[in-house]
Amino acid sequence: MAAVGGGTAVLVGFGRALRAAGLEAGPDRVQTFLRALDVLGPHRRADVYWAGRLTLCGGRDDLDRYDRVFAGYFGPRGRAPGPLARPLRAAPPARPAVRETDRVPGSGEDDRRPGAAAALASPAEVLRHRDVAALTAAEREQVRRLLAAFALRGEPRRSARLRPARRGAVDPRRTVREWLRRGGEPALLRRRARAERPRRVVLLVDVSGSMTPYADALLRFAHAAAHRGPAGSRAATEVFTIGTRLTRVTAALGHRDPEAALAAVAAAVPDWRGGTRLGEMLRAFLDRWGQRGMARGAVVVVLSDGWERGDPSLLAAQMRRLHRLAHRVVWANPRKGRPGYAPLAAGMAAALPSVDAFVEGHSVAALEHLAAVVRGAGDA
Amino acid sequence: MRRRLEDVGYLVDEGLATACFLALRLHRPVFCEGDAGVGKTSLAGALAGMLGAPLIRLQCYEGIDASQALYDWDFPRQLLHLRAAEAAGVTDVERLEAELYDRRFLVERPLLRALRTQPSVLLVDEVDRADDEFEAFLLELLSEYSVTVPELGTLRAGTPPVVVLTSNRTREVHDALKRRCLYHWFDHPSFARELAIVRGRLPAVSARLAEQVTALVQALRSEELVKPPGVAETIDWAEALDALGATELDAELAVATLGSALKYREDTERARSMDLSAVLARRAAGA
Repeated sequence: MAAVGGGTAVLVGFGRALRAAGLEAGPDRVQTFLRALDVLGPHRRADVYWAGRLTLCGGRDDLDRYDRVFAGYFGPRGRAPGPLARPLRAAPPARPAVRETDRVPGSGEDDRRPGAAAALASPAEVLRHRDVAALTAAEREQVRRLLAAFALRGEPRRSARLRPARRGAVDPRRTVREWLRRGGEPALLRRRARAERPRRVVLLVDVSGSMTPYADALLRFAHAAAHRGPAGSRAATEVFTIGTRLTRVTAALGHRDPEAALAAVAAAVPDWRGGTRLGEMLRAFLDRWGQRGMARGAVVVVLSDGWERGDPSLLAAQMRRLHRLAHRVVWANPRKGRPGYAPLAAGMAAALPSVDAFVEGHSVAALEHLAAVVRGAGDA
Repeated sequence: MRRRLEDVGYLVDEGLATACFLALRLHRPVFCEGDAGVGKTSLAGALAGMLGAPLIRLQCYEGIDASQALYDWDFPRQLLHLRAAEAAGVTDVERLEAELYDRRFLVERPLLRALRTQPSVLLVDEVDRADDEFEAFLLELLSEYSVTVPELGTLRAGTPPVVVLTSNRTREVHDALKRRCLYHWFDHPSFARELAIVRGRLPAVSARLAEQVTALVQALRSEELVKPPGVAETIDWAEALDALGATELDAELAVATLGSALKYREDTERARSMDLSAVLARRAAGA
């Protein structure tokens, strides 16, 4: 195989090119890369490829991008030693925001706010029950603030970890330590019990065309939910977007600032306003993540209107699979809040038999209720 | 490197060989990800075999902590020692105290054992199952290859153990830990390499059977299955057929033994609906 010329500067430049492509190839990784090449000796192309791939990548998602940058940087001379790179993705379209002006007919202010109650209730209280698809810009701002105060944690489960407790089995470690401190004199028995941990929560947010009015609010909800978990276990909430493809956005939502987080999600999600193939997406989720353990024992929340363009029987089968894996499956449907709603969409009807709780998802109050259901407090 | 691993019956491609070479030279752990059954765990066994070093395995689980992974004190024996000393009339309190935290009361758990056994191969299996606190603890251990036991002081490994970490990606492992490691993604092997692996692991199985089983598994993997079979399943299947006394595979026998390779009812049904004899015939014609 051909040799790769150039000294350290060229290789450091390669690291910079990778960072520009979105890999987290920080200086320490580049340093490891250089040390690895040092150990491997003369710079054969394949050695450079593998040394870089082993030291500069941190996950499977990085590998595609790495192959592309490698071919671009060192030239496509010969065949790339790895699997063939996929073509570059087009730049992501702008993030959809809640529509500002066009209101849903018939949901004007008069018929939504009964006079007497509205006079007593604070504006925020009224807003809580409004459909987020039909808000003005100012009202939307208030809803954002309401959403920011959210907490979403799974119902508690007993973990394998033992914690000191007043009652429970005797804890030999702490008991004997105590005894040793007293010179071997048997004294108080120390006890321990199983600690409780919240279950993992997995949110699957539908960002397809039919969900456009809600996507912004739901992602804000997901952001708040991912951040307000119990201290130190932020990773307990996982967020995916589904549309024409499945995208894991947990890391993108990691920014503390919701605006920055949503911008990162917008950059990560390639399929805003596309069609919905819920069944296929669910299968992709279960194959890649769920079956390996992410959905196992977790509370899985699907935030979707159940509008399925694909085969409803596939969706039904995948929902059955999900139901067997997860502790509980909750489906939040923004359209359920509309008067006279019936789950007639073929996808929704197919999914319902495998859903433990079917709730609304159109307003702040509905999302609050959803959070309670996830916690195991509210009954749907 | 490649040859040395092949000598112990583990076949590697160029990437994995480079990873192993660098792991040994740079003293870096290898972080292995990939589908179940592609040989992540057996890499550690192969490395141990190659180096002639013991394999020390730590299986991670939710709630694992330092006392289960690193060391613990043998409290009952400590108490007994204290009683015995009392009965013998020892009054030197300081000496007694020092004796209590003697090495002989130290119960070594896998991580400490790996540091103190030289050379050794340490397998930290399914690290994504442990909590993030444990990851932070592991990070400290893997960057210094030393641990501090308050009563004994710092224990350092002269030659760091070769470390293999595996993950099934149920949870993203923290980047700080990954940065310490060489990252290797395991793909399913090509037909030729998988066949070589099966032949290497099961030399007693007839060549024809090994070839047919490998071809079938490769065909199954390209179907949309809930759980595509890994190399481990290929070996299991060939072994099962060999145990039945088969030297050649036909569609009927394949269907009867599908359970060795496929573990979901949906997958079995899907495989039954495939034309297995056509797959076998194609392979026979190609070979």
